Amino acid sequence: MAQVAMVMNLDKCIGCHTCSVTCKQTWTNRTGVEYAWFNNVETKPGVGYPRRYEDQEQWKGGWMLDRRGRLVLRSGGRIKRLLSLFSNPDLPSIEDYYEPVTYDYDNLVSAPAQKDFPVARPRSVLTGRPTAITWGANWEDGLGGAPEHAGGDPNLTGAWAEKVRFEFEQTFLFHLPRLCEHCLNPACVSACPSGAMYKRVEDGIVLVDQDRCRGWRMCVTACPYKKVYVNHATGKAEKCTFCFPRVEAGQPTVCSETCVGRLRYLGLLLYDADRVGEAAATPDEKDLLDAQRDVFLDPHDPDVIAAARESGIPEDWLEAARRSPVYALVSKYRVALPLHPEYRTLPMVWYVPPLSPVLDAVDAAGGDQDDPDHVFAAVTRLRIPLEYLAELFSAGDTDVVAGVLMKLTALRSYMRERTLGEAGDEDVLAAVGLTPREAEDLHRLLAVAKYADRYVVPAAHKEDAAALSAMENRCPVETSDTAGSRTTLLGIPTLRRRTPETPAGGRP
Amino acid sequence: MSAAPPPLAAASGADLLLWVAVPYVCLAVFAVGHVWRYRQDQFGWTSRTTQLLEHRWLRWGSPLFHLGAFLVIAGHVVGLAVPDTWTEAAGISEHAYHITAVWAGSIAGVAMVAGLGMLCARRLLTRRIRLGTDRSDKLLFPLLSATVLLGITATAAHNVFGAGYDYRSTVSVWFRGLFVLQPEPEAIAGAPLLFQLHALTAFLLFAAWPFTRLVHVWSAPIGYLVRPYLVYRRRTAPTTTHAAGARTRSAPGSRRAA
Repeated sequence: MAQVAMVMNLDKCIGCHTCSVTCKQTWTNRTGVEYAWFNNVETKPGVGYPRRYEDQEQWKGGWMLDRRGRLVLRSGGRIKRLLSLFSNPDLPSIEDYYEPVTYDYDNLVSAPAQKDFPVARPRSVLTGRPTAITWGANWEDGLGGAPEHAGGDPNLTGAWAEKVRFEFEQTFLFHLPRLCEHCLNPACVSACPSGAMYKRVEDGIVLVDQDRCRGWRMCVTACPYKKVYVNHATGKAEKCTFCFPRVEAGQPTVCSETCVGRLRYLGLLLYDADRVGEAAATPDEKDLLDAQRDVFLDPHDPDVIAAARESGIPEDWLEAARRSPVYALVSKYRVALPLHPEYRTLPMVWYVPPLSPVLDAVDAAGGDQDDPDHVFAAVTRLRIPLEYLAELFSAGDTDVVAGVLMKLTALRSYMRERTLGEAGDEDVLAAVGLTPREAEDLHRLLAVAKYADRYVVPAAHKEDAAALSAMENRCPVETSDTAGSRTTLLGIPTLRRRTPETPAGGRP
Repeated sequence: MSAAPPPLAAASGADLLLWVAVPYVCLAVFAVGHVWRYRQDQFGWTSRTTQLLEHRWLRWGSPLFHLGAFLVIAGHVVGLAVPDTWTEAAGISEHAYHITAVWAGSIAGVAMVAGLGMLCARRLLTRRIRLGTDRSDKLLFPLLSATVLLGITATAAHNVFGAGYDYRSTVSVWFRGLFVLQPEPEAIAGAPLLFQLHALTAFLLFAAWPFTRLVHVWSAPIGYLVRPYLVYRRRTAPTTTHAAGARTRSAPGSRRAA
């Protein structure tokens, strides 16, 4: 089957939050999901959003292997799940996210003439009362409050992490944009008692059927990335839709489209659905990365092409799969890594780990960042500890992360020489398994790729138009909310906590 | 109804209204309401969880209420649907039945009342939840509370502390009569007031049922036990729920007008 997948190059993320804001304006600017961020940007190290979501001992997200090596949901089996319907013990509460607020903007224009400037005070959206803002979706932006909070980052475990905390004056940070991973082995789908969640065969997008969701809220617990949210106004689950209406039209997602740093890549990955379960059940966590790569199929392989044709994947999709920047970064050059593969959901939003702080560290040590030998050695004593990146991207296997960073370093060194008119040291490239031609190609992809090269999204097919038109006159995540009143049942308008100063979201 | 003219003729007008007309109207609303709601309002068909906003009271209140309710409902099925002649035939003496029913019923009833009390309390006392309470909840919670409280009061007053009242030869006869289309209003007309009020509020609850969050009862996800973990769907094969959803959306057009 095919999936529209994403890769983000963390080297380029400046933490501007444009992706988060445009996503929110498009999808979650409504009553009931004020606190939901389908896309958010976290500062790492940091506790993340919701707080400490990566601590699966606490939140029970994702899959694990039981004593007999079978793949089971960490939150428990089917019977346990049904027994916890009445009160889900592992559901984050609104305090684990934050209490959504709005501001008394009206006061700015309606306050009477006075000596002091009128101010817009924060007001809780949940209670309508003035409130103090004590947390937010990115409270720790740029390491704000890090000395107090960042130690709570669940990735800072083990002996090496002590060093991180002790030397905080020489601190490091990078930004981690996150959205739903649209996993190959989605735990949320598997935990949904109603069967309302599903993965689309055509493009792999994981969605909630709003008409079938009954509000059992098991998906929120099961998702280890906490990217499914409860809409407390409609009582239904909502999640990142990978902007499927845009993807179906052949356009990139909103977060990709608006990414200022141009660090996102969208493209097709062909995969073998029959091998998903087997890969997710790989005994050693550190082998999960390779197991997942093995599930992906080579779109240039004639056998794969023939099988794909047989399963109904159209020609232009196969062509797009061959041009996919995601396939190139994930499988061909292997510089992209999945976020927390140890959750065993086989996530489909991958990351090129950040390199720049490596070079900074080399500079600081008085080294020559053009000298690859020096840089290779420095990869092991980074500003961002390899161990930390490994916790995030390779289930703790530092060799994998070091390999990717060395590849990027070699590429950078080689291309710098080339750009300066020198021949370029091909031995360095060979050491990381790249040919000069591949290096040029990868450099182009990472550094200068244009819109059409970064986003290779084939449109949904006209043959499917009849099915699409059935959806066309409704918004898939529509709430029953209109300005000032809502009609949930019987067309009876019911009062909501909307006051004139907090108009329903999304409507000017 | 024409099947049983003699008893009906003997009943007074008030009895006919209360014990025949009201129940049938309520049951009709119950049935038609469900069909209508299921076809028109899949989007609103949910348990409307508020655990996100408040979980400390819910942690105890909700399981107590739900598990208590299961036992109470099971007790009502046995007590109302099974004639006493059947249990006698099965070798269960009236006395043994009575003792079991009173004990099990009391425990279940107290659990349900305690749970419902906690759920009502959090709804009233937690501002976030009170503001999110919609009209159907404002109908449902008082009606459900009244039914439950009347029921447990009737049991307590007559069967735990009182002399004992054999509802199986009166209320149950009336209840079964409704469903076999041979209503016997006089069977309940002589019952104690608490039982009568309990029966009436229960039927009103049935009438309100399809228009409240109680519909989530019918969505109890038993199928989850047997379905495969991963669910794939083709975009090209819209399910019937999609079609139903499209209909729902087109009806209240004002929503998108905003």
